[in-house]
Amino acid sequence: MIVPILIAAAVIVVISIIIGIVLGVLSEKFKVEADPREEAVRGCLAGSNCGGCGYAGCDAYAKAIVEENADPSLCPSSDRVKIGEIMGVSLKAGKRMTAYVKCSGSCAKTNADYSYFDEPDCRIAYLAPKHGAKKCAYGCCGFGTCAAICPFDAIRIVDGLAVVDREKCQACGKCVAVCPNHLIEIIPYDAKYVVRCSSHDKGKDVKSACSEGCLGCGMCMRVCETGAITMVGNLAAIDQEKCIGCGKCAEKCPSKIIKKRD
Amino acid sequence: MSYIGTLFIGIISAALVNNVVLSRFLGLCPFLGVSKKTSTAVGMGAAVIAVISLSSAITYFINRYVLRENLAYLRTIVFILIIAALVQTVEIILKKKMPSLYKALGVYLPLITTNCAVLGVAIDSAQKGYNFAETMVYSVGTALGFLIAIVIMAGIRERIEKNNIPESFKGMPIVLVTAGLMAIAFVGFSGTL
Repeated sequence: MIVPILIAAAVIVVISIIIGIVLGVLSEKFKVEADPREEAVRGCLAGSNCGGCGYAGCDAYAKAIVEENADPSLCPSSDRVKIGEIMGVSLKAGKRMTAYVKCSGSCAKTNADYSYFDEPDCRIAYLAPKHGAKKCAYGCCGFGTCAAICPFDAIRIVDGLAVVDREKCQACGKCVAVCPNHLIEIIPYDAKYVVRCSSHDKGKDVKSACSEGCLGCGMCMRVCETGAITMVGNLAAIDQEKCIGCGKCAEKCPSKIIKKRD
Repeated sequence: MSYIGTLFIGIISAALVNNVVLSRFLGLCPFLGVSKKTSTAVGMGAAVIAVISLSSAITYFINRYVLRENLAYLRTIVFILIIAALVQTVEIILKKKMPSLYKALGVYLPLITTNCAVLGVAIDSAQKGYNFAETMVYSVGTALGFLIAIVIMAGIRERIEKNNIPESFKGMPIVLVTAGLMAIAFVGFSGTL
């Protein structure tokens, strides 16, 4: 009983060893000289093959940097200074970026207009009236299409709202591209205050749809000392370059929609 | 009939009458994937011919002298091992000698490993108990059939590119329709040999 099994195993092992030796010899004989910089650059990249740079993976991107003079600063989570040293160009240390969701309309806060029974996918829910069951046409559908596409497992759906874990996020931008409502934005990792709403509706309509929505009152803009806040069509927008993180806007905001990042 | 004549008929039969892609529907992945340009299609066909004939020769001897009857159940796994090694060999050599073709074939080159035409030929000739000459005729014929099919397809696709076709048919749909029509055309050969 045991002998045929051993014979079968031995046959496979012998064939595999022969094949291994032949292939090893061949690959030595037909070796293609690779640029040593390629491996060094590859070592500085994140290594998660997310494709955020637009290349097929980290290997392909490293190759493109070395051989095709591709822009070496496309990977937000790479060691840019070191890549610059290897390639002989000066690259500024990249500011770490993360994604954040410009909505705080969880199921508890936003009213639903109707019940949605179609495919649980934001891109399909977007085709429904008001872009999904929630009364606010600008808000998060909460079906987690962004969470499903995230290669870093950084997005979770908490009570019908996408929440980004900024420690895990590598700012590859896949969620930004996939969100039908364009609710996700890439901002600096250390941004202190963010506007957690993207409704351009008038204050009254916002209020009837959601208990936490930007009413467009402009109080934050008036109170901001550095002029970092502008009103874009009934919606406050913070310029993170100018923001000093004083927190006055968050204090003044009547609907508490400008939030300190947690 | 003379021996040469039999061999000739064998090649015709394997290449046209029982065309591997259009009558037996094996190896469709590279058939659809690498048939955009005639030049790469020829390269792919040549690579498949090399891999199929080499792998059939090697698998014939392995099957005859190593596996024999009592280890016949190991055919699939052993053949896959050998085919994978051969594809790797072709890849290593192409990478050094013909980098442009290597780049043009891209991912489809290592995918010859999982091209079921290659494994299909090896297993088919082992199961039918062909002798060495028959195995080689069968495998070379089949590989030629693959080359013919993919080159015809590439030629048609190059023409499709230049034509104005309905929006909804652009890309893969029209290619699949074309492949179906080609398969129907090849049915015309059936029964002749």
